[in-house]
Amino acid sequence: MGNVILDVADLHIEFHDHDKPETVVEDFDLMLEEGEIVGIVGESGSGKSMSALAIAGLLKRHALTKKGRIMFNGTDLLTCSRKELRSYQGDEISMIFQEPMTSLNPVKKIGWQVEESLRIHHKDIDKKERKRRAIEMLTAVGMHDPEKLYEKYPHELSGGMRQRVMIAAAMIGEPRILIADEPTTALDVTIQAQIVELLRKMNREKGTAIIFISHDLSLIRQICKRVIVMQSGNIVETGYVEDIFRHPKMSYTRKLIAAIPQIDLS
Amino acid sequence: MKKFFSLFKKNKATGERNTFLLLGVIITGFILLMVIVGLFYTPYNPTKMDASAKLQGISFKHIMGTDNMGRDVFSRVMYGSRITVAIATFTILIGAGIGTIIGALTGYFGGIGDEITMRIIDAMLAFPSLLLSLVFVSLFGTGTYQVAIALGISFIPSFARIVRGEFLRCKNMDYVEVARLQGASNIRIIFVHILPNTVGVLLSSVMIGFNNAVLAEAGLSFLGIGAQPPHASLGKMLSDAQGYLFNRPSYVMSIGLVIVLMVLGFSFLGEGIKRIKN
Repeated sequence: MGNVILDVADLHIEFHDHDKPETVVEDFDLMLEEGEIVGIVGESGSGKSMSALAIAGLLKRHALTKKGRIMFNGTDLLTCSRKELRSYQGDEISMIFQEPMTSLNPVKKIGWQVEESLRIHHKDIDKKERKRRAIEMLTAVGMHDPEKLYEKYPHELSGGMRQRVMIAAAMIGEPRILIADEPTTALDVTIQAQIVELLRKMNREKGTAIIFISHDLSLIRQICKRVIVMQSGNIVETGYVEDIFRHPKMSYTRKLIAAIPQIDLS
Repeated sequence: MKKFFSLFKKNKATGERNTFLLLGVIITGFILLMVIVGLFYTPYNPTKMDASAKLQGISFKHIMGTDNMGRDVFSRVMYGSRITVAIATFTILIGAGIGTIIGALTGYFGGIGDEITMRIIDAMLAFPSLLLSLVFVSLFGTGTYQVAIALGISFIPSFARIVRGEFLRCKNMDYVEVARLQGASNIRIIFVHILPNTVGVLLSSVMIGFNNAVLAEAGLSFLGIGAQPPHASLGKMLSDAQGYLFNRPSYVMSIGLVIVLMVLGFSFLGEGIKRIKN
């Protein structure tokens, strides 16, 4: 067993947009060890993205209540000050989103965007060194001709390339935790496989722990060791991926497994 | 520089030329040239009177004729457009500068501060901007700077509105969320991440605002509030000239033409910039 770097316990998230409070996440627990890849799987609205946003500290502070604790580095991310939270965001905890087409700022150059978290967290790094690292990172995510790419704008790139750039931007500060919220859903299947491979490479080489969120169990099976299955805000099952595949305890998990398309060659 | 010139070439894909931008640059360039040359050289002294050459028509000696006191109109136009352009620029700096900051903060943060500020701005927008400027002029007194400040303040609401709208549109974009996740502070998100995205809209409204400022200044000067004699702005000269509309039409027409060209040039420029963005 490695060191536990993130410990989420009893996480409750409740919305107050309407007359009646609405619970979107209930009793969410997660222990993340250093360098581990954990999957969260579930259908739309099962609360998997909400839990991820809470861990990333991105939930807006009004119109909802949060209970429980999210311990990282000895601080509770749910109750710590804004400033402390910001010092972790982008540096220790990073996230990539589902939609690569809109996740990049349309008026900024690629290089500038990849460097942004260095600019915020490591003010002592000078311009030349920042550029060197950005180019290195762009190379690491498998981009050809990173020097040229550095000066390009997002609209000149395809979806798969943008997602790679997003991964480069998220990884440049060498975070300890990377949250990937359906990073491949908006991409086609061949690109999907490349992105998954890239994430696995990042995990292997930099030792970054990854929380991989998806509705696709077959993808989870490719990349994760452990998985958490969620349904309507609750964890229904948790354990090693292979165990769950072989002996799903809950009917919901069985349904998810049955939903994986099978190619019948006979 | 090469990139700048390529803006005027025919678009290879659509075969269209950005005529608005081309005309805008030419006309505005001409006006600005006149203003800049006017700083160093005018054919005649713009304030020197000559009783023997009153109200002359267009000739090679006086290309826009002379006014009722024998002053060369073209020299006075060169001199006057400098003041008009200066007032308009100053107005835009105040209006767009403060308006952008107000719009950015209210649009981004929302909440009760936004509500209160927007209601004040609604109230200001309910008055015609010329009337509003008159109110401020009556507070600050007359003179070139006072008029610029008064116009500037009355231009704040429309800029605040435009920028606020842009911020409302942009603040829920994914890239803002990404910036927040990278640990950017609110101020950094507002001014470094979102503001550059509003430049397109802001720039074309600056152009329109500049026109309105030129016209408003002309209007205020026409009422005798702007630049005071012997200084002349275009509006002041126009109001002086109106009494001679029938016995020397070239006098009033030439001044009017310069105002029209100035406004037209900036309109074209604004439209041209909008088309680049598309």
